[in-house]
Amino acid sequence: MSSHAVSHNDVIHFDPYGKKLGMWLFLFTEVLLFGGLFIVYATYRFMNHEAFHEGSAELDLVIGAINTVFLLTSSLTVALSITALQKGNAKLSVNLIMITILFAGAFMMNKYYEWTLKFEHGLFPGMEHYNQLSNGEAQFFNLYFLMTGLHAIHVIVGAIILLIVAYHIKKGNVTKDRYIYLENGGLYWHLVDVIWIYLFPLFYLII
Amino acid sequence: MTAIPQSGAYVNFYQEKRGFLSWLVTEDHKRIALLYFWAISVFFVVAFILGLIMRLELIAPGRTLLDPQTYNEVFTLHGVIMIFLFIIPGIPAIFGNFSLPMLIGAPDVAFPKLNLISWYLYVLGGILALSTLLYGEGPADTGWTFYAPYSVKTGTNVTVAVLAAFVLGFSSILTGVNFIVTMHQMRAPGMSWMKMPLFPWALYATAWIQVLATPVVGITLLMIVAERTLGIGLFDPALGGDPVLYQHLFWIYSHPAVYIMVLPAMGLVSELLPVFVKKSIFGYKVIVYSSLAIAFIGYFVWGHHMFTSGMSGPARIIFSVLTFLVAIPSAIKVFNWVSTLYKGSIEIRTPLLYALAFIFLFTIGGLTGLVVGALATDIHVHDTYFVVGHFHYVMFGGTGFAFFGAIHFYFPKIWGRMYNQKMANVAFSILFVGFNLVYFPMLVLGMMGMPRRYYDYLPEFTLPNQISTVGSWILAIGLILMITNLIRGRKGPKASSNPWGSVTLDWTHTQSPPTLYNFEKTPEIERGPYDYTDYEAYIKKNLQS
Repeated sequence: MSSHAVSHNDVIHFDPYGKKLGMWLFLFTEVLLFGGLFIVYATYRFMNHEAFHEGSAELDLVIGAINTVFLLTSSLTVALSITALQKGNAKLSVNLIMITILFAGAFMMNKYYEWTLKFEHGLFPGMEHYNQLSNGEAQFFNLYFLMTGLHAIHVIVGAIILLIVAYHIKKGNVTKDRYIYLENGGLYWHLVDVIWIYLFPLFYLII
Repeated sequence: MTAIPQSGAYVNFYQEKRGFLSWLVTEDHKRIALLYFWAISVFFVVAFILGLIMRLELIAPGRTLLDPQTYNEVFTLHGVIMIFLFIIPGIPAIFGNFSLPMLIGAPDVAFPKLNLISWYLYVLGGILALSTLLYGEGPADTGWTFYAPYSVKTGTNVTVAVLAAFVLGFSSILTGVNFIVTMHQMRAPGMSWMKMPLFPWALYATAWIQVLATPVVGITLLMIVAERTLGIGLFDPALGGDPVLYQHLFWIYSHPAVYIMVLPAMGLVSELLPVFVKKSIFGYKVIVYSSLAIAFIGYFVWGHHMFTSGMSGPARIIFSVLTFLVAIPSAIKVFNWVSTLYKGSIEIRTPLLYALAFIFLFTIGGLTGLVVGALATDIHVHDTYFVVGHFHYVMFGGTGFAFFGAIHFYFPKIWGRMYNQKMANVAFSILFVGFNLVYFPMLVLGMMGMPRRYYDYLPEFTLPNQISTVGSWILAIGLILMITNLIRGRKGPKASSNPWGSVTLDWTHTQSPPTLYNFEKTPEIERGPYDYTDYEAYIKKNLQS
């Protein structure tokens, strides 16, 4: 029967606006996912103000600041890659995505270094130094590992998404006229950035 | 989009592709709806049997059938399956998936692949939940609320049960995102928001709750996992955690989730009534706004689950007032439904019976809800069987009966056949009687002071418990009768494309069963969704051969 030849694309038209709307809705859920952790953070900071102050002093401000610069810059490069594709320069667009992913890699290396230092100091839950901490300070490190850990997972996922988009730009599936997948990937990457913008002051800056 | 390219011959969505594999990779919203239908039905029967076992244990004081630990595990599994695997996905994932695109004149949902992914996530979550039976120290024994610190300390498989709920939440979020975009982008030309039928409107309000509330419980459950696996004290008071904070985070989702469970059912009732009354729904716009109001106010009432958990006086008063506020839009709907019946030409068919039962049982559930929402009376009935009776009246009497009504309503559209309607009415009557016999005594028991979640009780509670247990058998007979009648109905006489005489697009413009992309060409919206003036001519003009 000839109707078997009808494919989805003949009936359901490509709808960039709808795809963007879907992405924004998904980003809401991500914000709320972290929102739960921010509530817990606010509650325990209120309950253990002094201990959070002491916990914060253990963190390395320089490492945190470098990572902030990395992520902010990577948000710029991903935004540039979208503009590059819109102007028809696919090659430049892919290169800019690759630079973004390099920044993501640098962020993760830095994070790895930072966590290794914490492990050496025995500050991970269950380790020697951690077990001697007061309940409040232990709570600080619980949240530190939980929140920056969950964020790190999002950095990895965001980088993988961008890598897939770059592949599809190269193959010609994502183009000047069909750039919504890149735009959505960029939106996700900005979210990863925005969450860090809140995590950085909460753990490193506020005293 | 105008004409949908198709050959002349009528090929329904079952015949389009054949074979088991074609179902597992399908992107057709109707097939995915049926995949959900079979999976959800299986889980419902499993949890129903667990409920029967609990009632059997409670037929007499003392140990009858189960030891206390097993009883705790059984009521937890009953709750987890019924809530996360039946009531929350039930109506949106089955009937929303099946009829939403047709009701708005669309060929499919906005993201068909995502739709299939959310079914797989659902199945994964279901398997994870059931797997807790097989290993370790058995299924979780915490109750479906997983309250800390007990959920952190118990040796049972809480971690996996909680992960199951997390995965199911993800599935629910993806369905919500999909439906919102579908309704924004894919309504047929001419269907303005205020011409959209009420079931889609209810799904729209529901979808926003799914998107905005589910992530909070997701992260809360992950914190329980972190607490159990890393041995940290996020909610354990011995380690500086705050168990009341857990309750807040849990109910910030789980109270709005109650509206995820009931709003789609309300939408279905609004959809069913005009069809069997042959008259426009009373107060269309008010029903729309009340759905949105319920979704909105529903976010701010979670504290009423915690009146006895240790909250400040002013906080309790505010939560109580807000709880009373949410009763207003619910009551508005009930009055609108009753007014729709007034002076209609009522035709008593099986789906209408279920819709009427919904109105009756939901009203009891809603009014008892005010008893537990008021501070003074809640202190008396908190954590008693009154609460169990209350939420079963809303969830089973409300959503469950609407679910059964929807099966009977959409049956001829889904399978193109008609079941034995007399038998369906008999099954309905038995279900209705059985239901009230099971749950009304619970309200009485609660007033008498019988606490919930115990396998044992004092001898003075015996009689109402026995009535309730006998009622559960009648309920089971009704259910078996209903299911066998429906299964036999698949070989029943052929149904026309519009056997109920509805004027919404899913009946007027599609075949029974529908074709792959539902419509031959994108339907033009000539009239409002419930405009029954000259409906016979309109239906005849559009009747699909």
